[in-house]
This record gives sequence, structure tokens and C-alpha cells, in this order.
Amino acid sequence: MMFKSKNTNHLYTIFVTILTLIVFNACKSKPYTNYSVEGKKIEINESYTSNQKIESYIAPYRNHINKDLDSIISFCPETLDKNKGEWQTNIGNFMADACLELANPIFFKRENKKIDITLFNHGGIRSIIPKGNITKRNAFEVMPFENSLIVVALKGDKIKAMAQHIITEKKPHPLNGLTIYLNKNNEITNILFNEKHIDETKIYYVLTSDYLSNGGDNMTFFLKNEGTYDLNYKIRNVLIDYFYNHKSIEASNTPRIIKE
Amino acid sequence: MKRRTFLKNTAATTALVTLGDFSLSSFTTVKEKKITILHTNDVHSHIDPFPKDHPKNPGMGGVARRANVIEKIRKEENNVLLLDAGDIFQGTPYFNYYGGELEFKLMSMMQYDVATMGNHDFDNGIDGFNAMLPHANFDFVSANYDFKNTVLDGIVKPYKIIIKDGIKIGIFGLGVELNGLVDKKLYKETVYNNPIEVATDIAKQLKEIEKCDLIICLSHLGFDYKNEPEKVCDVKLAAATQHIDLIIGGHTHTFLDKPIVKINKVGKKVIVNQVGAYGINLGRIDFYLSDNSKYIGQEKNITL
Repeated sequence: MMFKSKNTNHLYTIFVTILTLIVFNACKSKPYTNYSVEGKKIEINESYTSNQKIESYIAPYRNHINKDLDSIISFCPETLDKNKGEWQTNIGNFMADACLELANPIFFKRENKKIDITLFNHGGIRSIIPKGNITKRNAFEVMPFENSLIVVALKGDKIKAMAQHIITEKKPHPLNGLTIYLNKNNEITNILFNEKHIDETKIYYVLTSDYLSNGGDNMTFFLKNEGTYDLNYKIRNVLIDYFYNHKSIEASNTPRIIKE
Repeated sequence: MKRRTFLKNTAATTALVTLGDFSLSSFTTVKEKKITILHTNDVHSHIDPFPKDHPKNPGMGGVARRANVIEKIRKEENNVLLLDAGDIFQGTPYFNYYGGELEFKLMSMMQYDVATMGNHDFDNGIDGFNAMLPHANFDFVSANYDFKNTVLDGIVKPYKIIIKDGIKIGIFGLGVELNGLVDKKLYKETVYNNPIEVATDIAKQLKEIEKCDLIICLSHLGFDYKNEPEKVCDVKLAAATQHIDLIIGGHTHTFLDKPIVKINKVGKKVIVNQVGAYGINLGRIDFYLSDNSKYIGQEKNITL
């Protein structure tokens, strides 16, 4: 500061002024206004060519999946189809019975209890299982969702509500453990569990999916429960394991809902 | 002395201001900018096109084709942003086998910029999502999911600002209520906050503090719920907020023929778009901006 001449001071002032102005001008750069917009949808159809770099990147993943999905793991002697049957279908019976078979040992080992009833929803079956060889792909097609098994403890009165729900909805939901009798007007005349009447105060253990246990597909009777037991077992994996365990799959014809 | 300096300064200032004005009026004309937004939603692991014999969408979609469409647009346009409104995961064995790895890798190859999280992006749990993030070369934004007590804390941010050709674009995300839709054991301690309240605050911040020229909301709330009039959706969000220019939606798999225009809280136009699902369509919105002061305060012209 001691050597600061009048001249430097002067230059300094000009310098600051210019600097200030530059900054000032930069800050007050005029704002942009969006005055016009165009919008459209581009359909990704067969008229476009594929990007070869992307295509060759996908190929090894696709090949691995296809090889695994298409390896034969069981056999289906007759086509299982959810659209064949008014009150039960062969694929519904198969689903309920197969899940019960694989879930029961797990539930017994963990809780020392047995599963009494199994119920899924008709809408959750997403495909047929065609007659012929069974591959893992069939399991993905039937059950593309990540739903897993859960056991819900329900009092007898809720079991009656469950039976009424099935009959009111008039859907062949996959069912095991209960036999529901109807008169010709589709009114329930009897509900049997192990050939006994439902005891309204007794607790029954119902195997279902986590989705339904949360009241999905209007199955709200699951919400007033006496406890739930998550089996952490994806339904698709149950099917795959079942196929591996059985050289040929057999769908039971035992009726679960009987109209007199 | 002081007075002299002041005078000199004033003189210099005046000269420079004059010079400045001179330069502005004679050397720089009005500047025009164009920002092109490309977007997808609910692709649901649909990496391959639908088979040719598919009953609903024969031969449609496919990542390799989408990549070429995007590449062509990038060649034609300078300022392209590629966005996704969530539910990247779940729907084909690619997800079941690889957990989302390939989806993220391909989106990175296509140079996606920002995405938001859909409910299905929690399908392998919040940890499953987090484990796939190293494969994603783009950012996730969500403003109404509070991830404070989860592994995504500080990783998924409320918004991202991208500057393209001097245009500041603020992009924030909104997610759907998880309770009842996704198992708690999957989303863990993620807290869902009211989307309209959050959007009101974030849009204000992006406009007034960050001074964004364009504000885009990536929403996984759903387009409109005719049977549930109380439920928050993109159409309601557009009407109840301000400052937002574009809402890119998802969740309801709504196939709009073209984007729609809604009027916001202060009477200005907002564009709402959603392009169905499974990568069948790519949405394209071109924003034209100008620094010509004649446009200030004027309603924008929208051609759809």
C-alpha cells in the first residue's frame, strides 16, 4: 500500500468497474421464455430397424434365459385351462393342490401346524398349461407375478364369509380343503371341512398369496385375521419345484363346490 | 479526490453501458433454443419386441429398435433429453433372471438422463434396486419418497437440474402411494409424502431459487382415476400446482394418442403425457424458447 501510486489506484478503479459490469451483464442475461411446444407419439413398430450394437449386447442374456426356460422338466398329459369349468377348473385344482403339497411341510416345520384350507384367485392364473412337455417357461406364463405364499389364520365365521364370497363372485377360484354344497339357486346349503361343519369359534389355517391376504381381488375377509405366517416362497417357484419333483403332473378331478 | 474518482467511474460506467447496449442491439439478435424431450414409462422389462403373433401388440416395441429411433433424433437435434417415468422392472424373465441389470445397462447405452421410481421398481426390495444402481449411468429422482432411513438416502434425490445449450431444466420425480400396493418388507422405511404438497414446494424452488427455464415432473402417480375421484393423479397434479411445464406420467399404462393440455392453478398451460407401456411408444415433446422479450408473460402456443 505504501507504494501505491495514484495511477495504479485509477487503473484499479477502472478494472473493478469493468469486472462489475461483466458480472452484472452476465447476471442479467435475458430470460428465456417457452413460447411454443410440439408434442407427439412415436410408435416403435416393425418399420424401424434394430440397433445392432444393442441387439448383440442382449443376445447372450436372451440365449441363457431361453436355454433355461425351454429345458423340459415335466410332462402334462392333458391341457390345463382355467376357462373349462363353472365351479372348478383342472388348472385351479392343480394350483391349489400343488401349492398345498409343497407349503405344508414348511409350515409344519416352522409353526408345528397344518394348513387346513387353500384359496387363490381365478384371475391370478395367467395362462394355460398345454398338453405335452412342461418347461420353466410354463411356470412364468401361468404365474408372471412375484406373489408368494402366506398362511392366514381365520376364525370359522370368516371361513363362512370366504365360502359366500366365492359363491357370490361365481368364479372357479383354486380351492382345497373345503367342500361347498349349493342348491339349484346357487345358495349355500352346507360347508364341510374334513367332513365336519365349520366351527365358528375354531381357527383355520388358510394358504393363499400375499396379494390376496392384503384384501386383493376383494378378498377382504382375509383382513380380519388371527395372524399371518409369511412362507417367503414365490408361487412361480412352487410350480417350478413341483414340476421338478413330478415326472408327469396330474390335475385332480375331485369337485370342491358341488351343486345339488 | 473521492469526487473525481466517482465522476471518472460514472463516466466509465456510462461509456461501457452504452457500449454494452450498442453491442446487444447490433451484434446479438434474438436467441432461439430448442429442447427435445423423449420419454418412456412402464417399460416393465420388455427388452424384446412382442412376438408377431401377439394378440394385442404384434411385433411392437423392443429396445434395439427404440435405440435406433433415439439415435436418429439425436442426429437431427442438438438438445435431447431422454427420460423415464418408472416401472422399469418386472414383466419378463429378463427381470426374474437378472434383477434389472440388463434394463439399466441398456438404458445407459441409450443415454437416458433421468428416471423416477415406480412401484414395481421395489419388486426385489429397496436393496434389490440399490444393488442394480451401479449398472445405471443415469440418475433417479423422487421428491415425495423420503428415503432418509433407507439405503437410498442421498442416492435418489428429489430433483436434478440439467443445463442444455444455456437452458436450465429442472426435473423432479413423484411416486405413487406404496402402502397397499407394495409389501412393506420391500419398501422398508420409505415414507410417502403428499405429491401435490411436495410438487408445490419443489416447483417453486426450481422456478424461483434455481431459476429454471423449464420444469418437468416425472410422475408415477397415474394419469386419472375416474372411479376414485379422491385419488391423486397427473390430471389433478397439473391443475393444483404452478410452474410445471410438462408432466410425464406412468403407472396406469395409459395410451394417449397425443399429449393433453391442462390449465394450472394460475391459468397457465401444462402438458401431460403418458405413452402406454412396454416400450411400445416413445413420447416426444419439443420446447421452443426465445429470449425475445415480446414473449414474456404471453401464453405458449401448443401444437399437438
